[in-house]
Amino acid sequence: MTDLRVGHLYPEHLNIYADRGNIAVLEGRSRWRGIEVTVIGCGIGDPLPDADLYYLGGGQDRDQALVADDLVSRSADLRAAVDGGAAVLAVCGGYQMLGHRYRGHQGQEIPGIGLVDLVTDAGTERMIGNITIDCDLNGSSTHVVGFENHAGRTRLGAGVSPLGRVLHGHGNNGQDGTEGVREGRVLGTYIHGPLLPKNPLLADHVIAAALARRHGAVTLEPLDDALESAAHAVAERLAAHR
Amino acid sequence: MFAAKVAAARAVARLSRLTGSGGGTTLPGRVLLQVAPDAISRLAGRLQTGSIVISATNGKTTSAKMLAGMLEPEVEVCHNRAGANLASGIASALLAAPRARLGLFEVDEAALPGVARSLQPRVLVLANLFRDQLDRYGELELVGQRWGALTGELGPDRVLVRNGDDPLVAMLPTGSARTITFGIADPAIGLAELPHAADSKWCARCGGRLAYATVFLGHLGDWVCPNCGARRPALDVSAADVRLLGLDASEFQLRTPLGTARVRLPVPGLYNVENALAAAAGACALGSVALERVVAGLERFDPAFGRFERMRIRGRDAVLLLVKNPAGANEAIRTLAQDPSPKRMLIALNDRVADGRDVSWIWDVDFERLVPWLEAAVTTGTRAAEMALRLKYAGAPAAAIRIDSALEAALDLALDSGDGPVYLVATYTAMLELRDLLVRRGVVRRYWEAA
Repeated sequence: MTDLRVGHLYPEHLNIYADRGNIAVLEGRSRWRGIEVTVIGCGIGDPLPDADLYYLGGGQDRDQALVADDLVSRSADLRAAVDGGAAVLAVCGGYQMLGHRYRGHQGQEIPGIGLVDLVTDAGTERMIGNITIDCDLNGSSTHVVGFENHAGRTRLGAGVSPLGRVLHGHGNNGQDGTEGVREGRVLGTYIHGPLLPKNPLLADHVIAAALARRHGAVTLEPLDDALESAAHAVAERLAAHR
Repeated sequence: MFAAKVAAARAVARLSRLTGSGGGTTLPGRVLLQVAPDAISRLAGRLQTGSIVISATNGKTTSAKMLAGMLEPEVEVCHNRAGANLASGIASALLAAPRARLGLFEVDEAALPGVARSLQPRVLVLANLFRDQLDRYGELELVGQRWGALTGELGPDRVLVRNGDDPLVAMLPTGSARTITFGIADPAIGLAELPHAADSKWCARCGGRLAYATVFLGHLGDWVCPNCGARRPALDVSAADVRLLGLDASEFQLRTPLGTARVRLPVPGLYNVENALAAAAGACALGSVALERVVAGLERFDPAFGRFERMRIRGRDAVLLLVKNPAGANEAIRTLAQDPSPKRMLIALNDRVADGRDVSWIWDVDFERLVPWLEAAVTTGTRAAEMALRLKYAGAPAAAIRIDSALEAALDLALDSGDGPVYLVATYTAMLELRDLLVRRGVVRRYWEAA
């Protein structure tokens, strides 16, 4: 039987923007297809679980500072897991921590895990609002919708692909039109709302990428996404009229 | 000169009522503050016995209304009773009550530092801090830091009334103020563990993980930091032997420095016991209220608008519940769950500025606990579809969910479903719209008249 193992990193610290909703979608959309799901929480000092997908949410500034050292101490393990086929989904603060470092207002640096080539600098004004990006999923253009609320300005290294291009909203830094990062099975984004409920195509993309580690290419049966589509349409309309 | 500005602002208030555009609860104050930025401190200086301010994320309207019930009619009180709790609302209330002797103000938690520095209240009641509207207020800890800067300045002639059950509030600096601490003294009434949406699991002093002997709601409970030894302070005002009586009431032993009394509070839920304690502790801090009046104020309490407010619509019983954030919504659900009969609901989710543009908070609410007895739900509001989606992932069967983003049609749809009372759950602006609708149908009065 096909099964999915999700490693939820720091669920007690990084949960500010309803990250639980993303986990609920990973669980629901897998179980509705008969795929068994195990979600393993991993707090500070816990052993890194063996997982097909590692999920990293966002937290308050202090909570992020509390987990930063622990996360950095796992850099090599996470790198090895990704090299072994594991997928990563990181949102908001968790996305910033995928990069080399975060530089605060006073120039103080919080190191990241350097899993992808990006850096983040604190900005003065927060970038807040509904957002829509255009994202290539399995060769077709897909609109991903949600809400962003971040002071950090993220810049991708040369040749690093964003998750998508901003249609409405701010994205990585409010300037270059990019949003998030995608490198192989590693996805990072500022979009919460939460991210996955209103974006079922992206949710299935993440599930398929994670399943591929142990089960190879899996075809996911279609689900009834009427409510998902309705919520998506409303969010996209709001983003266009921000 | 100031008198002329005040007179002009009062004229704005009359105009606002005459034109039916509102109750004059914010506009006159906004106008006055534009021409006289120090208007709040000048008008508040006329209150002979000073003022008392209540702030919290949840329950401040209810607590203020309970306290008003203990004070009135013996004391002429200036009270922003319609819930306009920003600086403009405080200034409007002051304008409208030129003969008041005492100010009683609920103040928005983000607006508190500025308003309190203008008002210089004799008593400051701080009841709780929960995660709320991250797009507007910023993170919870930032609000806490701003509160701490304020409480650290309090002089010896001030009283700080604080909720000992809330570690974020109980660990605020107290300056040289006298403190009165309130909380629940009944370990049997608590939860076994912190709910998912618990907002403050970490010690504000050392960052260690807090341990709870009992959790009452959200992160409120009997807490201790095993790392640095900080713990819930001794309670001056408390509720012991608490009995929750379904959706109708609760009973508890109210212990205060004034004495002890059994209280039957005619509104449900443990969160209302917390609200009652905030009001009772505020009354104790004022120093001029007898225990009998405290008890009578609580027992005669009629809920603030939209807080388990009962009404009849088209011959059916309906209950109106305001929800604004995960902690408040979880308590509403927990209270509803005390009556396990099947329920029909209307859930109105808006994402206007006053609701918070970001609706991600609904995914932190334990709607899973509502599903077992949810017979039918109609979702409405600007984010009706998102709300329906949330119920789907909470496990509600598709057949039980209907969407109609038009409020009036959705209300009628909910009223047409099944039998028994209909629960109308709404975010702030959705509740105002719903009340407008109910006023037009003659079901309820306007909010500034009813409050």
